[in-house]
Amino acid sequence: MKLVAAVIKPFKLDDVREALGDIGVSGITVIEVKGFGRQKGHTELYRGAEYVVDFLPKIKVEIAVDDAMVEKVIEAISAAARTGKIGDGKIFVFDLNQVIRIRTGETGADAL
Amino acid sequence: MRSDSALEKLTVKSIRNLLQPLLAASLLCLPALVAAQDEPALSSGDTAWMLTATALVLFMTIPGLSLFYAGLVRSKNVLSVLMQCFAITGVMSILWAVYGYSLAATEGPMNGFIGGFDKLFLSGVTVDSLSGTIPESLFMTFQMTFAIITPALIVGAFAERMKFSAMLIFMTLWLTLVYVPIWHWVWGGGWIAEKGALDFAGGTVVHINAGIAALMAALVLGKRKGYPGTAMPPHNLGLTVMGASMLWVGWFGFNAGSELAADGTAGMAMTVTQLATAAAALTWMFAEWINHGKPSVLGIATGAVAGLVAITPASGTAGPMGALAIGFAGALFAFIASTKVKHWLGYDDSLDVWGVHGVAGVVGAILTGVFADASLGGAGLADGMTMGSQVWVQVISVLATLIYSGGVSLVILLILKATIGLRVTEEQETEGLDISQHDERGYIL
Repeated sequence: MKLVAAVIKPFKLDDVREALGDIGVSGITVIEVKGFGRQKGHTELYRGAEYVVDFLPKIKVEIAVDDAMVEKVIEAISAAARTGKIGDGKIFVFDLNQVIRIRTGETGADAL
Repeated sequence: MRSDSALEKLTVKSIRNLLQPLLAASLLCLPALVAAQDEPALSSGDTAWMLTATALVLFMTIPGLSLFYAGLVRSKNVLSVLMQCFAITGVMSILWAVYGYSLAATEGPMNGFIGGFDKLFLSGVTVDSLSGTIPESLFMTFQMTFAIITPALIVGAFAERMKFSAMLIFMTLWLTLVYVPIWHWVWGGGWIAEKGALDFAGGTVVHINAGIAALMAALVLGKRKGYPGTAMPPHNLGLTVMGASMLWVGWFGFNAGSELAADGTAGMAMTVTQLATAAAALTWMFAEWINHGKPSVLGIATGAVAGLVAITPASGTAGPMGALAIGFAGALFAFIASTKVKHWLGYDDSLDVWGVHGVAGVVGAILTGVFADASLGGAGLADGMTMGSQVWVQVISVLATLIYSGGVSLVILLILKATIGLRVTEEQETEGLDISQHDERGYIL
């Protein structure tokens, strides 16, 4: 199993959620985050006083999937979140040791 | 603003001009005219307008200016500036009634410099007493609202770091030793009025006066902790824009009300106020757009205030096209002062009281002498004045205000700094004035 964590532009969340639903992903976790990458921050100007805002608001989506689904998930997120402009975000893939469904006690792929 | 004595002179002169043809035609009209001059009657039209104008000028301070400033500070200091403006409203109202009005608006033994004591505690200001064609109580209260907003303007310079107690004492001394004498010089028949300076609604008395005092306060108090390295962006520009909009609306009372009558000059004052402000708002917006690449909300609102300031002294004499020029120039110079010069010099006039009110005030006061000329669409200069001599008188009135207000404000501030202290502690400043001075928070979310 893998944990796919994608940092995306906030306005792309609905598109990503739809694309993941289309390929059969049954659950995602969404977190509001801030950070910077190559896009850096932005500057704000108040009567000539310039402030550099380092951290931009982003959305982090986490999806736990079976190994077989990983490529499809990555493709779906990439396609849905891409604008082609700087700041589209990144996708991180981690090995996932265990998953437990709290209600039933199921573990592993059954709990996904 | 015409002083009573100026008004009398004007009326006497116009009557004299009228008399010559009248004498030739019929002597019968003469007693009627003289009688009308002797017993000025209350005009209900003028009174109705001045009641409204007085409310509008109070509306400029609370809530207009208060909100304008409240949005510009950090969220931990939002209540402190609202509180300062509100407390100033209370203190100045009482001081004006107890001695301010008398010392400003009556004749005294040293009349060139300060008025007299005849109307201390408003003695003689009764239900029946008149000032021109309006009740004297109304004239006094109208001027009270000016005595409120002028000190309140200074709050922006020392925002986020001054002790509330020191602020109250400073403002009390400042009204007494700075505002009242300058009011008397310009509007009470003092030496600047004698020279023939034009200041219809308060370019010198209000804006240059508050602006230079604010600059002194910023210099004596010193920079806010962390300035300019730490980001201190305005915490709520929505409040600031609402405040600026209220200032714009209220300013019709300030400028058109300064005619003290509901007449043609008041109508034109309203027109030129609107046009200068519109020109100034757009000037600042485009200046920033060209400089930074984007037009900003804070920029257009600040530009509007600069335009209101610049047209203030000229609002009774400039014509509509002169107003556009005054608004443009006022905003351009205020823009350079607030967004460039301040950062080069490094002083922390936190909310740009000098940069906006001082600088646009100076530009407006000087251009008043230019655009009062009939050849530029103005109301015309006094007999014997040329554009050059009028501008020179304007420059003298500006310099006198800068030197006197700047000097006395500096002395008051230095004395208070050496005795009771002006600033909160570093810890209190970091915590914010809302908690440290008032035990309250602006936002409990």
